[in-house]
Amino acid sequence: MSKLTLTTEGETFIVVKRRFAASPEDVYRAHMDPALIAQWLLGPDGWTMPVCINEAKVGGKIRYEWNNGKGGGFFLTGEILELAPPHRIVHVERMHMPGVTPDNRVTTTFEADGAGTLMTMRMSLPDAATRKAMLGSGMERGMEASYARFEALFVKGVAA
Amino acid sequence: MLDTNKMDATLRALSDPTRRAMLARLAQGEATVSELAEPVAISQPAISRHVKVLLEAGLVEQSIDGARRPCRLAAGGLRELDAYLDMLRHALERNYDRLDRLLQAQKDKRKKHP
Repeated sequence: MSKLTLTTEGETFIVVKRRFAASPEDVYRAHMDPALIAQWLLGPDGWTMPVCINEAKVGGKIRYEWNNGKGGGFFLTGEILELAPPHRIVHVERMHMPGVTPDNRVTTTFEADGAGTLMTMRMSLPDAATRKAMLGSGMERGMEASYARFEALFVKGVAA
Repeated sequence: MLDTNKMDATLRALSDPTRRAMLARLAQGEATVSELAEPVAISQPAISRHVKVLLEAGLVEQSIDGARRPCRLAAGGLRELDAYLDMLRHALERNYDRLDRLLQAQKDKRKKHP
């Protein structure tokens, strides 16, 4: 429906923006209610989330476990640092691949945008070791990344 | 944390429009420093400094060919970072397409049972 933008900001952040045809309240709830989260936060097709815990309060714990049904799986743990419903979520998360990755602080905001919502998610660009672990997790879909795509995706991001 | 430092160097190298133009030129084939300096109105010493940044970031390689020192894109210089960002984008696109459908289903349900 709406196109996602993913850009790098400076040398350390990734910023993702996406519009939704729903109110900030609805989009916020979909990010905090485990019954809803488990229906969409699944990554590539074929993955499921058999464990979805989000205590939805400041200081509350997060634990998401993913499985691709083919022996691939990893989990994420985190804590909620700030909540300002329905506009802002700040949490910290780390992947267990099973090696644990450095903490990633993620700020997600939801702004009313016409009849819908603009979501902006700002997170750390993972270090090279974390990226390597993620790429080895079975989530990748071909490593034939080309300089042509680098032009399309990355240069625009840096220039933005 | 050598890898992190290298990534920082990569991103720093990419943050400059002149260096991006030089990479775009090198994507078409190897070029010497003076050839790289031609299309941009920048002195050769300044281009040499940009080349140095690109070399240190592992984005460009330079060989010695008699008096020539042609530059070329380093194989794999950006592939791994590009592959990661591509994977992330793909996973997020799938997520948010599913979220669109979930949000629409909630709306439809409310309309039926207000």
